[in-house]
Order: sequence, then structure tokens, then C-alpha cells
Amino acid sequence: MRPARLSRLWLGAGVIAVAIAFALGLALGPVNLPLSTVLDALAGNGNERDIAIVTQIRLPRVLLGLMVGAMLALAGGCFQGVFRNPLADPYLLGVAAGAGLGATVAIGMRSDQLLVPAAAFTGAIAAVIATYALGRGKNLILAGVAVSAFAAAVQTYLLQRNVDTIREVYSWLLGRLATNGYHEVKLLLPYAIVTSVVVLAMRRELDVLSVGDAEASGLGLHPQRSRMILLAAAALGTAAAVAVSGLIGFVGIVVPHIVRLLAGGSYRQILPLSLLFGAAFLALADLVARTLISPGELPIGVVTAFFGAPFFVLVLRTTKGVSL
Amino acid sequence: MLGVGGLRVALDGTEILHSVDLEVAGGEWVTVIGPNGAGKSTLLRAIGGVLPFTGSIQIGGVEISALPRRKRAQLVATVAQQPVVPPGMRVIDYVLLGRTPYIPPLGRESAQDLAIAERRLRELDLVRFADRELETLSGGERQRVFLARALAQDAPLLLLDEPTSALDIGHQQEVLELVDTLRAEHGLTVLATMHDLSIAGEYADRLALLADGRVAAIGPPAQVLTEDLLREHYRARVRVIAGDYGPIIVPVRG
Repeated sequence: MRPARLSRLWLGAGVIAVAIAFALGLALGPVNLPLSTVLDALAGNGNERDIAIVTQIRLPRVLLGLMVGAMLALAGGCFQGVFRNPLADPYLLGVAAGAGLGATVAIGMRSDQLLVPAAAFTGAIAAVIATYALGRGKNLILAGVAVSAFAAAVQTYLLQRNVDTIREVYSWLLGRLATNGYHEVKLLLPYAIVTSVVVLAMRRELDVLSVGDAEASGLGLHPQRSRMILLAAAALGTAAAVAVSGLIGFVGIVVPHIVRLLAGGSYRQILPLSLLFGAAFLALADLVARTLISPGELPIGVVTAFFGAPFFVLVLRTTKGVSL
Repeated sequence: MLGVGGLRVALDGTEILHSVDLEVAGGEWVTVIGPNGAGKSTLLRAIGGVLPFTGSIQIGGVEISALPRRKRAQLVATVAQQPVVPPGMRVIDYVLLGRTPYIPPLGRESAQDLAIAERRLRELDLVRFADRELETLSGGERQRVFLARALAQDAPLLLLDEPTSALDIGHQQEVLELVDTLRAEHGLTVLATMHDLSIAGEYADRLALLADGRVAAIGPPAQVLTEDLLREHYRARVRVIAGDYGPIIVPVRG
């Protein structure tokens, strides 16, 4: 008789998955480098070209992929727990539409490329705040639907007025992990840390919340308060991830479910493992996206769904999962 | 043990309970009966601390509205009428949720918490289900698991809202006997709500008849389960027959 704990085995598997994604992401690309060369380059040894490829081009991109994947999967797992809804995804509260609107405005105003993430972040946070304000005490999910619809309408209107920017906006919306040195990594890092610390620290509370607000409150919790803190943290991480990478679907909704089916249904298992496997999954998906049709690049959302969906179905069919 | 005075509870602006007074002694079992909509569940939820109220609710002489939630949860444990069954949660993890009031925020269960949860599983004959998912258990088994979680809270006051409404007659008796045994072993005070009047009378020390948000009658089962009171408050035609453990209520057509 053992309580649900994160098993060392699964934790080890998650760390190894991240390590593999990290190593492959640094080694593979238009120029394939042996692992020894990669390690040398990381230490600052070897020829200039290899050092530049590894530390200036690939490392920031791999780190960004790991962080965005970790954020989306962690936030997805958190949202599913907070709303006790298996279909909840990190974009639920208007983050996606708000970020899309922000990016559309920035691109439409021909602003500096570096300002697009800031505009997307602002739009995402504004949308989430609007959702909270409108849905508080009523129904956050429905308020999120309304805010998303409104933001999407404004965005469509702006696009129609500035048809020449449609291509750029859509390429942003489809999601991509383009990096400009360490700019995006530095942008995302503080939010990633805050979100991870807050959400992981409250993983047991998410388990308690699964019995519903009334019973959780009878067990001594402040369900509304816990919920708000969790949602704020997850929305912040999602907004930051979306700001630097656009809308990458699938990771946030499916990674937590795969983890749940394979490793156990407690949030003490789901959240840390979602973080690790989400990171590894997105970094590997990005590797495929940038190497498969090299020198061209596939939109990463296409890769996450193309490989993730069949794998998810496989896991769903072969585990004795809970029917939802 | 439990003292309720001048309790008023409103739901969505409608007052459900109008000045309820109720005293329950330590170790006593009091069951609240009353027609649908009388406010039985509302009373229990207010005492359990999940509804705002005006008036006074004291447990062990302490006003519960003055207590932090965790402290309150150490004094009163509730088995809800239809507890949520979290998908995928195993029985042992569910019972461990009962230790929440003793686990510091952001903390995890101690070895002692696990030991208490295991003891409750043994007492309720649930050890073999420990690793099963709660969803896969039958109604009677689930009810025992709900009880185990409430008992893991180690609270002196146990609130049972319709603990047997989902069970067949045999399992009803099994669960209530179990509650009675545990009450004796742990010195618990039990406040329950129940629909079946005969069973309510057989297991309770006293019955409180709640009607229209007020206590219409309170006392030993034989004083409350009378043909007159039941006709007046339930608009029911019944025959009351003396039984070994309390009056037997038989509905009659007429």
C-alpha cells in the first residue's frame, strides 16, 4: 500500500528524455556533429564554426523548445486539474486569441520584430485579465470563450484591413521556435521559473481539488484561492511561451494525458512529468521540423500533431485508461 | 459537543433555514429527518463550514466561524450526499485526502498520515481495495471508502448527509452498523440526515424533525415518529408500529 508518489523510474525516464532531446537537438541539423564535438563546443573547444553552430544557433533554439514545451504541458495539466475537465488546454482562458491580437497589431504596425513577443504577451495577459474579470464567480471557461471570440473578431478585422501582413501573421500564429540569439530564452526564463515553482508546489492541492470545491473546503482548503493562484501562474507561463513561439497546439492537451495514462493519475505525478516530457517532446518535434525538409522548415504545430496524435491514440488504446 | 443557535442560512437570496436551534451531546447520534426541501442538507453543509450563515455554530464550545479552515476540518468531517469520485484516483490516495487538514500547505503526507489512512482501511475492511481505482468499486464499497476518508480526518464530529440513499437495504444496514461501531470505538459524535424513517429511528439516539427551515420536533425516535407529526409535516398517511429498536413506519394508502 503506497500513496501516489512520483516514482524514481518515471522521473529518471523524464530526465533521460530531456537529455536525449537536448543532445540530438545540438548534434543534428544541416551539419551533423558527433556528440564529442558538441561537448567540446559547449566547453568552448574545437573549431570556431562548430562552436558557433552549437552555442549560438542550436543551443538557444533547443533551450527555447524545452522551455516552451515544458510550459505548455505543465499549464495544460494544471488547467485540466483546476477545471476538472480533460479537454482544458492552456489556451482556454483567452491566452491564444489575446496573443494573436497583440501580434497582429504589432506586425500590422510594422514594428520591430523584437516587439512582437512583447505585444503578444500584453495581448495574452489582457485577455486573461478580461476573462477573470468577466467570469469571476460565474463561469471562467465561458467567459474565456467570449473573450476569445471578441479578440478573434478584432484580429480578423485588422487582418482584412492589412491584407499584406496576413502571411506573416499566420506564420506567427502557426507557431515556430525561431530564435535570435538568446533573446527569446532570456525573455521566457523568468516566467518559466515562476510558473514551474508555483504550479509544482501546489500539486497536492490539485489532487484535493479533484473532489470538488465543497468537499475540498470541508478538508480545510480555500478552493477558490488555490484555483486562482494556479490559474494565474499557468496563464502567465502560457502567455510568455506563446509570446516567443506563437500558438503551438497539441502539447498542452495531450502530453498531460499521455503521462496520466502511463504513469498515474495523481497531479503529483502528472505535473512534474508533464514538464519533463513536454520539454523533450517539443524539442524533438522542433528537431524534426527543422531537419525533415531542410533547408526548409515545417511549422512545428504540424509536427507535434502529426507525430503526437498517432502516439496518443496508441497509448489510449493500449492502456487500461479511465473513460472520460 | 455541537451547539447550533439561531442559525439562518440563505441560498441565492432565499432563506432556507429560519433560526434553527440544535444541541448534540458528545458521543450522541442525532439524525435529522424531514420532507424534501426542508433544509436538511443545508443544515449539514452550514455546520460543515461550506455555507455562509448567520447565528451561532459551536463545536466543543468554539465558534466555527472564528476558526481557520484547517482547524475546523480537524473538528468536523463530512460525508457528502453524493461525493465526487475523482477519475483515476486510487482508494488509498482518496483516503489520504482526509489527512489534508494536518498536512502543511505545500507539504506532503507524513508516515503518520499514511499509518492512519492504513488503519482506517483496515477498520473498514478495505485493505484489498487500496490500490484499486475508486471508480471501479461498487456502491457499498464506495460508501465505506467515503467513510474511511472522513474518519481519516480524525475529527470528533462526523456529518453524514444521506449516507445510505444509494445503497440497497442490506448495505444500508451494513454501513450504519459500521458507523455505530466506529462511533463507539472512536467516541464520535454523529449528525446525519436520512430519508428512511424506520432506519433513521433505529440508529439514532434522537431525531430532529426539520420542516420549512425550522426544527418542528426533537427527541427520542418514539416521540418524533408519530402518526400526527408525520401527517402534519410530510402530509403522509402512515402506521407507526413499535419495533425492537424503534418505531417502524409503514406507509398506508387511504
